[in-house]
Amino acid sequence: MSAQLINLMASLMLLIAFAMLAQRRILSLVYLFAWQGAVLAVNSLIVGWYTGHHELYLSAFFTVLLKVIALPMVLHYLIRRLGIQWDVETLINIPATMLAGIALVVFAFNLALPISQLAETITRGTLGIAIAVVLLAFLMMITRRKAVPQVIGFLAMENGLFFAATSATYGMPMVVELGILLDVIVGVLILGIFFFQVREAFDSLDLKHMEKLKESES
Amino acid sequence: MNEVAITLGSPAVGAILLAIYGDRTQASRLNVLVSLVTFAASALLAMRVISEGALLVYNDAFFVDSFNVFLVTLTAFVAFTTALFSRPYMLNEQGRGRITSRRLRLYHCMYHVFVLTMLLVLLTNNIGIMWVALEAATLATVLLVSLYRTPASIEAAWKYFILCSVGIAQALFGTILIYLAAEKVLGGGGNALLWTHLNQVKGDLEPTVMSLAFVFLIVGYGTKAGLAPLHNWLPDAHAEGPTPISAVLSGLLLNIALYAIVRCKVLVDGALETPFAGNLMMGFGILSVVIGAFFLSRQKDVKRMFAYSSIEHMGLTTFAFGMGGPVATFAALLHMTVHSLTKSAIFFTVGHAAQKTGTQVMDDIRGLIVTNPTIGWGMMLGTLAILGMPPFGVFASEFLILTTAMRQEPWAAPILLVSLGVAFAAMFMRVQAMVFGETTAKRLPHAPALVPVFVHLGLVLMLGLWIPPYLADWYRLAAKLIG
Repeated sequence: MSAQLINLMASLMLLIAFAMLAQRRILSLVYLFAWQGAVLAVNSLIVGWYTGHHELYLSAFFTVLLKVIALPMVLHYLIRRLGIQWDVETLINIPATMLAGIALVVFAFNLALPISQLAETITRGTLGIAIAVVLLAFLMMITRRKAVPQVIGFLAMENGLFFAATSATYGMPMVVELGILLDVIVGVLILGIFFFQVREAFDSLDLKHMEKLKESES
Repeated sequence: MNEVAITLGSPAVGAILLAIYGDRTQASRLNVLVSLVTFAASALLAMRVISEGALLVYNDAFFVDSFNVFLVTLTAFVAFTTALFSRPYMLNEQGRGRITSRRLRLYHCMYHVFVLTMLLVLLTNNIGIMWVALEAATLATVLLVSLYRTPASIEAAWKYFILCSVGIAQALFGTILIYLAAEKVLGGGGNALLWTHLNQVKGDLEPTVMSLAFVFLIVGYGTKAGLAPLHNWLPDAHAEGPTPISAVLSGLLLNIALYAIVRCKVLVDGALETPFAGNLMMGFGILSVVIGAFFLSRQKDVKRMFAYSSIEHMGLTTFAFGMGGPVATFAALLHMTVHSLTKSAIFFTVGHAAQKTGTQVMDDIRGLIVTNPTIGWGMMLGTLAILGMPPFGVFASEFLILTTAMRQEPWAAPILLVSLGVAFAAMFMRVQAMVFGETTAKRLPHAPALVPVFVHLGLVLMLGLWIPPYLADWYRLAAKLIG
């Protein structure tokens, strides 16, 4: 029963990762990110309840607090302050990106195979999905040309890594997990400041203006 | 125990104080004072380790051994001399209107946060915390790289943030994998990530997981250490940020990231008993040497040129660690030390030279020796030192690395020699033109602090001629540990 629930959560994670890859509206991306955090938290709860690793409850609590409530709110606020809530990104060739995504998932499962055979956790089957989520977030960062989606990609990657930690080892030690969350908070705060600097300097959050520091010109 | 607390506590307190008072005129003196306290504490810590051997304090949370103690002292020392240098430098920048007093406060505060995170990477015994601190070091410096708020500096900072964060996320996955392997042997909980515990059981760690972990770790931390082909952020961040930051990024942060790789390599070597990790490091190392040297010769911006030189030297050090063995590891540790001292000294002179001429373009910097012989000679001697001319310390370490390479990895020796030769020709030609000739440089309102330059170069000279016995002992002990 629990194993099935965990697999369901893992599939939801993967589905959201693909949805993010194809989502063009910035606001919807923020909502997707919040949903991904929620799925992550529920997954931690189920794993914690089923295996008796009760520190996972704490991890789930922080995930909800930070990734479902705080960060989406901060991002939402930034997007409104920057006046880009209606921004739609022109993504080139979504089908090709999706196909590349599928190839990444296959690759991720192959990569995870030797590890998940060694892991003794009930969740080991989901490790492949965790790696796939990380790689898909990476792909999203590569295909995006705007600052906010790139940051959401980065945060999604962090989600994937947390998911990987839960599936491979029932989560990292608490002190490390808290440290990672602290880094994420500080990172988003710094980026918040940084967005305004970027816009002040370039009059836009479009990263295509940022191509001055190329090796060929220097 | 107290020394560890003060070493880590002083930059933390300093960061808070400077966050409040960092915009006052006396703030730069406070900056120097805090750095001096950190350095003094680290020196005491070093003395303690000399007399008592490796230390493990606060429930095994912090760990000082022969490998990290000299890096701690080196980091605190270069942070101190950089604070000395940054005083007149930042006053001049303020005079030119490039930064406001509010940004100066940000600079002072973040500088100490940065030093704190680097010391934490070195001192912590927990490889998870090591990751957290290294990521925090990136975050602390992002706003420093974009301090001037020019489009180019903001672009550099963005690139720095994205590339390093993505890179280091791979290292987190590597750390998770190590935890997976460790959990089986040590059981769950916080102890399974303590390096000293892992080191005791490294032979029992699952080899497949550890080798996969190391691939992720070297890609992750290697991005931070500026190893090719993941080095793209480095020249931009060095060129566009304020020069004191270039000096500490190049002289310290790269070392710290390499330290993290080497700590993990010890564990992986123990688990695998094959030279897999070493081969991987040699591959990344030699590619960095080649790319560093050849791109270096194409640069027009003086700070970019020296940034590529850092990539080259980091590559050489990584290569030496990868070869392994007592001599190569000894040489790598020595190279870390002398590169850090020399490169920061060079950046000090470059910073003032750029201020005097108002440009970083090498073709427009001429005749430094005419207006200020100390800057001119400082840059010339620093360049000769970094290019590996005897009797400087870089010569000693490069000589050891190259001779070991000829014996152990003969295929690599010609590649290294050609790259070093290319770097030598290109850099010497450029620097010679900047130092001699007709001048356009003008006087600076605040006299540059050149004592740090000559202290650093003096130390590098000393290390080339005579290595203090305790330092040699540390290097040897550390080399034995790393293997």
